[in-house]
Amino acid sequence: MIYEGKQKIWSEYQKEIPDDHYFYVRSCIRQSFFPASEATFLEITRNRLGKDIFETEHHTTCGGIAYHSDAIPQETAMTIIARQFGLMHKYGYENYVCSCITSFGLYCETLETWRQFPELAAKIADILWKTCKLEFAKPRFIVHASDLIYHYRNEIAAMARHRLVNVHTGEPLKVVEHIGCHYSKMFPSKGVGGAEYPYVLAGMIEAWGGQVVDYPERRHCCGFGFRQYFIKANRGYSLSNTYKKFESMEPYHPDMIITNCPGCPYFMDRWQYVIAEETGKTYGENGHGIPVFTYEEVAGLVLGYDPWDLGLQTHQIGPEPVLDKMGIKYDPSRKYLGLKGKDLGMPVCPGCIK
Amino acid sequence: MGRLFDLLMKDYRLREGLNACINCGTCTAVCPAAEFYRYDPRRIVDTVQSKDEDAIEKLLKSDTIWYCGECMSCVTRCPRKNAPGMIVMALRTLSIDLGYFIESEKGRQQFILSKDLCGNILDYGYCVYPRRFDYAGHPEAGRVWEWEEKHLDDVFARLGGNLDGEGPGAVRRIPQEDRDELKKIFDATGATQRMKTVEEAAEKKAEELGLTMEEFTRKVYNESGPQHYNH
Repeated sequence: MIYEGKQKIWSEYQKEIPDDHYFYVRSCIRQSFFPASEATFLEITRNRLGKDIFETEHHTTCGGIAYHSDAIPQETAMTIIARQFGLMHKYGYENYVCSCITSFGLYCETLETWRQFPELAAKIADILWKTCKLEFAKPRFIVHASDLIYHYRNEIAAMARHRLVNVHTGEPLKVVEHIGCHYSKMFPSKGVGGAEYPYVLAGMIEAWGGQVVDYPERRHCCGFGFRQYFIKANRGYSLSNTYKKFESMEPYHPDMIITNCPGCPYFMDRWQYVIAEETGKTYGENGHGIPVFTYEEVAGLVLGYDPWDLGLQTHQIGPEPVLDKMGIKYDPSRKYLGLKGKDLGMPVCPGCIK
Repeated sequence: MGRLFDLLMKDYRLREGLNACINCGTCTAVCPAAEFYRYDPRRIVDTVQSKDEDAIEKLLKSDTIWYCGECMSCVTRCPRKNAPGMIVMALRTLSIDLGYFIESEKGRQQFILSKDLCGNILDYGYCVYPRRFDYAGHPEAGRVWEWEEKHLDDVFARLGGNLDGEGPGAVRRIPQEDRDELKKIFDATGATQRMKTVEEAAEKKAEELGLTMEEFTRKVYNESGPQHYNH
């Protein structure tokens, strides 16, 4: 499809994203594996941009992973979600921002089901009151945290210390963008750019100087598959899907990958390691893998935060090739230190991948 | 209409997700599971809309309904706005409710998923909790996770987390009163009953197979027969 055609499709899927005043809920996976990304999201939105992003310790999981592993019924997930919305209402907010893509998809699904079946919404409201003494409420606007960073992308670009450009050649970095399936595959109108040409990450890449890589399996799932990863006997499913994506993107020689789903960066990072250890194959340059980042990490790099404050030391695929290309200074000797320089040792080096 | 189809139609996901399927196979063409497993979502939707009770019962007792990864790629592509992934979720729910899930190798995995994920929600308020994600059980998590696991408190402190701490923050300790509310929600909405159903069926199946629960758990978690795969 010609570029103008894509632009037209994107223009039909532009959701309204309020500028400020959000009730924030965390992600089970992102906070467990990328705690610095959530910290960076709050640092950028609250401290750099001066936005009101409220968090209460009383919110919980949305139950989405258990729901999509078929461990809890739909009404259980809906009532947990109603509890989150009830907390939002209790604290005086009507805009809701979530860190998790599985949650975002489930919130959209739940709100749509309640719209279609108001008697179910009434039943959930009743259960919510009986179990939690909270008032049933729906958010006026619901966005994923990547929607907000997309919304602020030009303000971030205006404050940029680094760009997604190879400082040695002046060329834009070639960036693969991977959108979590539940961002817009179920409800295309709920995502920036829809499901076919989602623009939420592409917009960040373009605003920050990079070049988006278009490749055949761009929209293929990372392979999480919930039960297909949690049960060891099924993990070949997860690995095979990531493998398919990397084989597809390899001819385009991407410099980096940026993701908006909490699970996808974990799987695309770790399965590269497994493929290298099992077969010796690596997809980056000179024995490296292709570094995989969350959008918060990339925003943090663009704004000049220390890579080790952003948590890049917790990736199995080292980020250094991208840092070097962007001209970012970093201290390798501090990579694995704890607070106040505490010595935590360092991970064992993998055999086949840098 | 038959009993099983009527039960399926009580599920909102089926009522939202099943329109007249034209059997075009687009869902199967884009399905990540169909490439890996011997799996064809087109046939599942066709079986359900056929209302053939015997075929639906066979499906509910089969491995087939457990192959889907619930990515919902099929939902985007269906020209008739069907949602095969949602139909699969409704089938799984009914399979569990009727105890049929325990008849298939992949269905039995529900025992571990229920125990682990519901356990995490009730104990911590999260579906995933890092102290219960060990490198020994997840070697693919890499040598960097092996290191993180050894220094989890220090790594979380370094990265702005609040592991098991008071107040807001990443992996904070969710107050007991909030976790009590989750338990009340579980009791009121059928999650506690589902956990019980799954556990009792697993115990009965383990006994039938002559296995202790520990042996049963190990077998279900680790073993996958060659009949599932496309190669």
